[in-house]
Amino acid sequence: MTAILELRGVSKEFPSHRAVENLSLEIPRGAFFSLLGPSGCGKTTTLRMVAGFESPTSGEILLNGARIDHLPPYKRNVNTVFQNYALFPHLTVRGNVEFGRPKQDIKHVLEQVHLTGKESRRLHELSGGERQRVALARSLVLEPDVLLLDEPLSALDPLLRKEVRAELKELQRRVGVTFLFVTHDQEEALALSDQIAVMNEGVVEQIGTPQEIYQSPKTKFVASFLGAMNWIDGAGIRPECLRITREGLPAVVTDSVFLGSVVHIQAKLESGEQVRAQVAPDQALKPGETVFLSWNRCDEKRF
Amino acid sequence: MKNVFKAPAWLLMIATFFIPMAIIAIYSLLTRGGYGGIERPFTLENYTRLFDPLYGVIFARSVWIAAVATFLCLLLGFPLALFIARSDRKNFWLALVILPFWTSFLIRLYAWMFLLRDTGLINTLFHTHLPMLYNNGAVILGLVYGYLPFAVLPMYATLERLDNTLLEAAADLGATPLAALYRVTIPLAMPGIRAAAILTFVPCIGTYLTSDLLGGSKTILIGNLVQNQFTTARDWPFGAAASLVLMAVALGLLFLAKRRGEELL
Repeated sequence: MTAILELRGVSKEFPSHRAVENLSLEIPRGAFFSLLGPSGCGKTTTLRMVAGFESPTSGEILLNGARIDHLPPYKRNVNTVFQNYALFPHLTVRGNVEFGRPKQDIKHVLEQVHLTGKESRRLHELSGGERQRVALARSLVLEPDVLLLDEPLSALDPLLRKEVRAELKELQRRVGVTFLFVTHDQEEALALSDQIAVMNEGVVEQIGTPQEIYQSPKTKFVASFLGAMNWIDGAGIRPECLRITREGLPAVVTDSVFLGSVVHIQAKLESGEQVRAQVAPDQALKPGETVFLSWNRCDEKRF
Repeated sequence: MKNVFKAPAWLLMIATFFIPMAIIAIYSLLTRGGYGGIERPFTLENYTRLFDPLYGVIFARSVWIAAVATFLCLLLGFPLALFIARSDRKNFWLALVILPFWTSFLIRLYAWMFLLRDTGLINTLFHTHLPMLYNNGAVILGLVYGYLPFAVLPMYATLERLDNTLLEAAADLGATPLAALYRVTIPLAMPGIRAAAILTFVPCIGTYLTSDLLGGSKTILIGNLVQNQFTTARDWPFGAAASLVLMAVALGLLFLAKRRGEELL
């Protein structure tokens, strides 16, 4: 796998704070690559530096092996899908999709995003999902080397979000364009990505596949940011790794939620700490019951 | 009950708009009195007289001078409005734009006369004898100077609201800053540009002070014609007819400009 986009020791300092610190990434051609982290972790600043809206204080950005960090946005062969889509309100769907290259054939790209027949619609006539697809089409039609997506699902209502998420992944597979996807939603990142870079306070904490990052987190931050984690005596144990057994760590059940295929248990340890566990539905536990928890040593995460 | 609260508005409109307009309309249909004022009988002669080529020239001159002044106000005002909208010190620059209003327009026109006349500051400083006063150019200069703030403010208001990510999107899609200006900024600022055009054109076409002081005797505009009829010529009915036709011309031109479907203001 060759890297289509490479960041080498990139830092960005604003007058008030340091947003990104010595960041290095290699994004393979055709990958769905996510930058995941809480708000203010520097992921959007990183994306904006690749797009050209911000220039790095130091470091290099290479696209297809050539430096682009000194180029203005309009000379970089990357395109952005903005968080609020930033569609041009004075233009129709066609006007927006043709913006980058007027009078081109947009039929194919409209087919890809399922907008055929809506060329002459005005933006206020479109649903949120359709607007997002206009934003995608407008960028994809220019055949960028990398498509940059800045939390593109956050403007959609939660019901639509999962559906659009699946469409996005399918679209990325079909067109084969490299995606650099920024999100704060760990579930979204896990579901979509080939690779994830978890960021915190301007630094990359870990890069890896969703499985690697979930199953073998390298730092405490990664362990607690992705998925639920119980902390028992300094060791992290996922809720699904806890078992209810005849002997082990005693705990009092405080809450039990039956979800059909699984039961979510909340329990209080003698130390006073709350832990969560997932158990099989036949283990019907009621609040107030005392249980014993055990787990395999190898499921412990220590940092 | 609802109509009770509308009553003050209606009274104000009737007292300050409908009654004065009705008086002007009635005057325009009467005959001039011997020493000013009005007499019967009713006549349309005041309107037919306006078709005299002498007055046609005055109307045409008023329209083109107002059009050129408006165009220059937009041309100069747009970059200024854009600069202020993107500045970190918006309030400071806006205060400077509004500052001239704190002095009478009359005094500011006298200041221009002092600058432009044959023995004025500019000709004295550069030892030249440029005829800068008492011509169409001086009138246009005065109008642009006087009404530039009216062009800047509405354009600033729309440009200030413009979403900056749209310009980032334009750059992202390959538009150079100049292309983004033509393809995004100006189209989206059109409501402000249109309002600016109306707010400058309407007062410019009816102006009399600027043309009176900077224009001399050769550049009579409709405003001066109306003024003359009510003062030295003592022909109130003809003055009233001329001012109504001026209003009709201004409104007609505005409706032509409006054709694009959107609202007037």
